[in-house]
Amino acid sequence: MTETIDTNEPLLRVSDLTVEFPTDDGVVHAVRDLSFDLRPGEVLGVVGESGSGKSVSSMAILGLLPRTARISGSIAYRGQELNGLSYNEMRKFRGNSISMIFQDPMTSLNPVFTVGAQLAEAYLEHHKVSRKVAWAKAVESLEQVGIPQPDRRAKQFPHEFSGGMRQRVVIAMAIINDPDVIIADEPTTALDVTVQAQILETLLRIRDETSAAIIMITHDLGVVAGMVDKVQVMYAGTVVEAGVVDEVFDTPRMPYTVGLLGSNPDPSLIGQRLTPISGAPPSLVNLPSGCAFSPRCPLVAPVCHESEPELTETSGTVVHLTRCHRWNDLAGYDDPKKLFARKEIGAEEPLAALLIDNPEVVVEEHLADTADQTNDDRTKGDQEKEAAS
Amino acid sequence: MFQYLIRRLLISIPILLIGSFLVFILVASAGDPLAALRTKPGVTAAQIHSLSVQLGLDQPIFIRYWNWLTGFLTGNWGTSVALGEAQAPVYDTITNALWVTLRLVIGAELLALVLGVAVGVFSAVRQYSIFDYIMTSVAFLMFSMPIACVAVVVKNYGIQFNDLLVSLHLHRWLQTAGPPATGFGNNLGQVIVNYSGTFLLPTISLMTISFAAYSRFQRASMLETLNADYVRTARAKGLSQARVIFRHAMRNALIPVSTLFALNIGAIIGGAIITERVFGWNGMGTVLVKSVGNYDPPTLMGWFAVTATVVVAFNLISDLLYGLLDPRIRLG
Amino acid sequence: MANATQTTADGGSAADAVRHEFDAKARSQTSIILGRFVRHRLAMVSLGVLVLLALVAIIVPFFLPYNFADTSSGGYLTPSARHLLGTDQLGRDGLAQLLRGTQFSLAIAFSVAISSTVVGVLVGAVAGYLRGFVDNSLMRLVDLFLIVPQIAVVALLVHALTPSWYVVAGVLAIFSWMQIARITRGEALSLAAREFVEASRAAGAGTWHIVFKHLIPNMIGTITVNATLSVSAAVLTEAALSFIGLGVQLPDTSLGLIVQDNYTQVLLRPWLFWGPFLAIVLISVTISFIGDGLRDAFDPRQTKVRA
Repeated sequence: MTETIDTNEPLLRVSDLTVEFPTDDGVVHAVRDLSFDLRPGEVLGVVGESGSGKSVSSMAILGLLPRTARISGSIAYRGQELNGLSYNEMRKFRGNSISMIFQDPMTSLNPVFTVGAQLAEAYLEHHKVSRKVAWAKAVESLEQVGIPQPDRRAKQFPHEFSGGMRQRVVIAMAIINDPDVIIADEPTTALDVTVQAQILETLLRIRDETSAAIIMITHDLGVVAGMVDKVQVMYAGTVVEAGVVDEVFDTPRMPYTVGLLGSNPDPSLIGQRLTPISGAPPSLVNLPSGCAFSPRCPLVAPVCHESEPELTETSGTVVHLTRCHRWNDLAGYDDPKKLFARKEIGAEEPLAALLIDNPEVVVEEHLADTADQTNDDRTKGDQEKEAAS
Repeated sequence: MFQYLIRRLLISIPILLIGSFLVFILVASAGDPLAALRTKPGVTAAQIHSLSVQLGLDQPIFIRYWNWLTGFLTGNWGTSVALGEAQAPVYDTITNALWVTLRLVIGAELLALVLGVAVGVFSAVRQYSIFDYIMTSVAFLMFSMPIACVAVVVKNYGIQFNDLLVSLHLHRWLQTAGPPATGFGNNLGQVIVNYSGTFLLPTISLMTISFAAYSRFQRASMLETLNADYVRTARAKGLSQARVIFRHAMRNALIPVSTLFALNIGAIIGGAIITERVFGWNGMGTVLVKSVGNYDPPTLMGWFAVTATVVVAFNLISDLLYGLLDPRIRLG
Repeated sequence: MANATQTTADGGSAADAVRHEFDAKARSQTSIILGRFVRHRLAMVSLGVLVLLALVAIIVPFFLPYNFADTSSGGYLTPSARHLLGTDQLGRDGLAQLLRGTQFSLAIAFSVAISSTVVGVLVGAVAGYLRGFVDNSLMRLVDLFLIVPQIAVVALLVHALTPSWYVVAGVLAIFSWMQIARITRGEALSLAAREFVEASRAAGAGTWHIVFKHLIPNMIGTITVNATLSVSAAVLTEAALSFIGLGVQLPDTSLGLIVQDNYTQVLLRPWLFWGPFLAIVLISVTISFIGDGLRDAFDPRQTKVRA
């Protein structure tokens, strides 16, 4: 599906995408005014907690949301509007120019058909060829994702594959028709860490070979840092910060991003406190007025309750958008993580207070030393007991 | 797959043996074949004793069972000892009755399965529609109806329909009473008319409850598969709705239903007993009722042995279906 | 820096206040389940109808002009003011017979349901928990009981004993526990794999303690639903049994027996047939809806999937 592309024209342009679900409890605003561009070969990371709208937005692109969903806004693929197309009209895009990799490889494949049959089916749906040709293509795609003995494996059933292998099969199914856009929805969450790295490497290799664009949805910041070009942080259904990944992670301009970055346990930060964000994400039915993050934000000010901030450019040199009224103030803090430091109720924390003032003091505890100490105490105690008896 | 079936078969054999032994004990203790004679005037105790030795009633239960078993397996099923049926070979009685009942049972089960699956799939795909709502109510109602009354009502309508036909100067078509004919005619048209006329009403009566069970089960199973991840993947590949529903979802949804097929057979046989009574057929049901009422141990044993074998056979068929449908079972 | 901490403290307490505003009052599980059941209109209506039916069956006979055994009026009378459902062949009042039959059928059905549930749950829970040899043997036992058609073996046993209603109930119960055992076993299998059971075992709890204190309380939903549905099944099975003449017999009676007495009259004297027919259907349907309501109450799912 690769033709000569004008690299200035985005492959996928999403503008003001809004997805709502009417329920008995009220209208759920799953996605609110989401906008982004995607260019060929670009890897976009979409980061956020559960319920931030990441998966719903990608399902909306492919038209796979239930009939009750109300979708407004524009989803333009190579200039063609996808929102509003019927199920059958969308079929020629699905698995063909835009494909999707889902989260759980254990349940994403149909257990009663062979892997080869399912792959060939994906190919036959969009190409008028014989079954033999489709089967050959299936074997070829298995090879492309790094599955050994692909011709033998293609005749096997999904339950005969391990988790990591199954995810590779799912990836194979997503790339068999040479798509322009691959949406990967938490592709490694259900896998071991070692397998994770292999899967991500496979995806990047495919990007290099085919210049497909990848939307990488994840809640794992480590995955994002190592793999994506641009990152988009989502909260309560909308983008709260977006930009080139190094820029956003080095100099976050939105308190939520700060909190998110600081919530990750990191061995290089021994002795420093984690920055848990107090509270919980808001209900998508009953959103707070103004900025959605205001109930939990340490920088909250009256203006934050009045109006929801717009996405504003923060840097002149690279793309770095943020949705925060007080981003300028945030930029003034040397160590914005301290904003989230809190006194625990009822606990005496002199050490923590010391660290806040003097973060360079790193406290290391050598387990060997403390063990010796306890042993010494114990032998002393035994000696005393012996002496007494 | 072959191994899997052999394993299932091997488990069935000891169950059949133990089961038949327990039933034998039950049958043997359920009555006294000489009861009528004991109260008859002029019969001496010695005569009764010699008769009981002749019938082998004085021997321990294991020996009696063994004798019966060896006889049964070699084709000697004994003769009936019931009053009025004396000396009728059990083998003939049962095989004739079995032929009558099996046609009814298999026909009803297949019809219930096909219709039930179709309705279940459609109800699931069109969840909460008028069709779904109606079929749910119908199923609920069918589950609650005693098969005896259903059969009576069906027979009643059959009679009225026949009267209608007669009033239009046509022949009576539906047979509402009496055992089914053995021959059905010479040409195909005649066969179809006669066969359907004979089997239609009893089959409809018998399949109602089965149909309700299959449709509800298939509906629930289908709803679960329609929400499965692999169905979402199929849609994301760009497949048509029809292909997603029939090839991906339904194929998986059928797997649990195949287990229902075996579980149902006991209930169907029970239902057949009732239906035969209402329509006056001379099938296994009639044989059972007569041999319990008249206390006829040889016939009873033959009856239970054959029925148990049929149940086991259907269980194996269900296992076969399950293995065919689910590769995780036959390869796992 | 001091400012930062102050803002945080304020922000923290503000967040705490907001959290309390959106909290909900905790309710006990029983009241939650009961609440859901009460909101299930169909189940509540069915419960009302069933209770009404039972009360009518027990109380109304005292107000009828004729006793059920009274044959003085003469056979096959059409419905009239004195005999609301006419009389049967022997001259017994149709309505009195029907109500008495209902009493017996209900008694049989409930006793069968309770006893078969007790047996089935115990067998299933022990099998699912202990697994291995015990599980295998118990499941083979279930297979054994399932190998013969229920109606046949019950008929034989009742014939060997006496056809009184409690004998019929007892024998039916002996051959009705298998399905509940299988279902309970499945649930127990998955429950037994959970950590809290493992923890209990590590603390030294014995099998029966775990079964009664941990497994059964967690399966109470499934057990209640299946017990309710088995009442319905028992009514229908007993009716079938009595219909072929091998179930309840005189002096006791049941709805099935009444159907058997009168089914030949379906065209000429339909009131004699439709009375017991509708009674059976009514009992069965109301129980089914109650069971459905219970199922929803114990485990409501968003997709409202109902079997």
